[in-house]
Amino acid sequence: MSSKQEILDAIGRNKPSATALPNLLSFPSSEDLVAKYTQSITLNGGTAMEVDSLDDIQVYIQENFLEGLQIVSMIDEIAGNVEISSVTDPHELEAVELAVVSGEVGSAENAAIWVSDKNLPHRVLPFITQHLIIILEKANLVANMHEAYQKIDLRDTGYGVFIAGPSKTADIEQSLVIGAHGARSLTVFLI
Amino acid sequence: MKTHTSHAEAAEEFVKDEERTHWHDETLWHVREKRDVAAHKLPEWEQLRTNASLIKDYVLSHLDGLLIDFEKNAQANGVEVLWAKDAKEHNEHVLSILQKHQIKNIVKSKSILTEECGLNHYLEEKGYDVVDTDLGERIIQFVKQVPSHIVLPAIHLKKEEIGEIFHEHIGTDQGASDPKYLTESARLHLREKFVQANAAITGVNFGIAETGGFVVCTNEGNADMGTHLADVHIACMGIEKLIPRAADLGVFLRLLARSATGQSITTYSSHFSRPMDGKKMYIILVDNKRTEQLGREDFRNSLKCIRCGACMNTCPIYRRSGGYSYNSTVPGPIGSILSPGLDLNKHSSLPFASTLCGSCTDVCPVKINIHEQLYKWRQVVAKEGPSDPVKKWAMKLAGATLSKPGLYDFFGSMARKALKLTPDSLVYSSLNAWGKQRDLPEVPSESFKEWYKKNRKSHEQ
Repeated sequence: MSSKQEILDAIGRNKPSATALPNLLSFPSSEDLVAKYTQSITLNGGTAMEVDSLDDIQVYIQENFLEGLQIVSMIDEIAGNVEISSVTDPHELEAVELAVVSGEVGSAENAAIWVSDKNLPHRVLPFITQHLIIILEKANLVANMHEAYQKIDLRDTGYGVFIAGPSKTADIEQSLVIGAHGARSLTVFLI
Repeated sequence: MKTHTSHAEAAEEFVKDEERTHWHDETLWHVREKRDVAAHKLPEWEQLRTNASLIKDYVLSHLDGLLIDFEKNAQANGVEVLWAKDAKEHNEHVLSILQKHQIKNIVKSKSILTEECGLNHYLEEKGYDVVDTDLGERIIQFVKQVPSHIVLPAIHLKKEEIGEIFHEHIGTDQGASDPKYLTESARLHLREKFVQANAAITGVNFGIAETGGFVVCTNEGNADMGTHLADVHIACMGIEKLIPRAADLGVFLRLLARSATGQSITTYSSHFSRPMDGKKMYIILVDNKRTEQLGREDFRNSLKCIRCGACMNTCPIYRRSGGYSYNSTVPGPIGSILSPGLDLNKHSSLPFASTLCGSCTDVCPVKINIHEQLYKWRQVVAKEGPSDPVKKWAMKLAGATLSKPGLYDFFGSMARKALKLTPDSLVYSSLNAWGKQRDLPEVPSESFKEWYKKNRKSHEQ
């Protein structure tokens, strides 16, 4: 008998009598989502800024990142200097200093933003880059994770990730250090 | 007969260093306090716990059907699914995948299941170099230790010790112990490993039956750095890790990190459904006695565990005895109800490593009745497990005495007289474990019953 069949048979013999699947929970909120989001991401070690236009983001990048370093932009209106469509092997992204990607949904309670392979030609991009900028439309902010999952369809997605801050660790004596293996900083522009 | 080191014996080693014991206790209590702050911020916290527990009830009572759905949906996504009835078969599956793809360099993110299966050791024996990429796990891997906590693997080590380890293994400056400097050095060291890796092994936090996908949570980003650069991704998953619907993640992701470290969510919650073009993704579904635990009515709820570690951080015994004293892959209260199911003889002392205060049950995000199960395991151990003959004899005598009031009064008055005469050398003798860190209270001259008889009379007059 296959291991699969052995395991399924053992479950069949040993499982408790059937219980019902509870209904999905929802907790509607009337909070100011932008204010809540900004507060949450600050707690996570990231930064959020409200901007009026993509031009403001372009200016921010010019003011904060040295010329000559690699920038990958997944947004047409924001200039990058690495042509992502010509990158076939994700290892070529090793020297990327800044990646600019778009987020699809943001959860205000914990600052988590859904980024998926719909907008990511290489899954490793938001991790291998030294710094990360995510652009999110304010209209796509929701109060909490229950609402966030109502807005995304996992069957439609090969890979997606909620990103809630910069990479971090507290594995050495519980001291928080920002910049473990992924991006050293996360800046979210709410537009 | 006892054939394994008991929790108390192993803990003795840990508590020898009083300062360290105190520090360990305080550090974990601090994490527990952060958990409280996070939980109290959500008015719906108790509703989330109840809902999560009910979802897991549903999972346990429909596990076979959900696993079949999960496999079918994962296969439709282009993922290969393998089944392993025990640790050995799990390890063999991993090996055959590595051989098939001629893998040389392997990176691994944190997976308690692979610890349970002894995967690293198995692969090392076959000549593979497995690089653990979670910072805490990398630290202890250098010194050939296992995690002492499921969320904070190196919590038993001080930064100076980690500085020493890094100096020896990755060439950091001698004497350097700044966590920021050490983390940065590990980042550079592990980036090299990520870039060289051909295969990435991860655990699974949640498998989603309706989509065939799975979720891996990290703060460091190591699971993603590994899987997205390597050609082959092997995800190792205990069969109990399933949830029915994608939307159930709303509940579990709200509970997991808040319970674990007090964060509102881990930095990265990565949802894998399909492999990238030209790459391979495998899921290994592992039983390893989980189906046996499912059949134990009193203990099956332990399979609801989402491995947050909250019960360890709150446990007065864990905090003061350290993870290694449990001698089990999953230590602490949850480990003490899971491990006896894996090997009752080896882990028979663990249900006794508890004050039964119930704090573990109070903080458990999926409402496992941990302290009740500890109590029930004690009864199983008394019946079936190895036991300490001295304790057994003492319990029999106590049982006989407590059931006969006359005998109880007699022994009570004898004991009050005898204890006054007992020399310290006997109270604090090495045979009497009780006297090791305790002083006897002053022995009263009469029992409460005697006192009450006298005083009631004087009160009535």
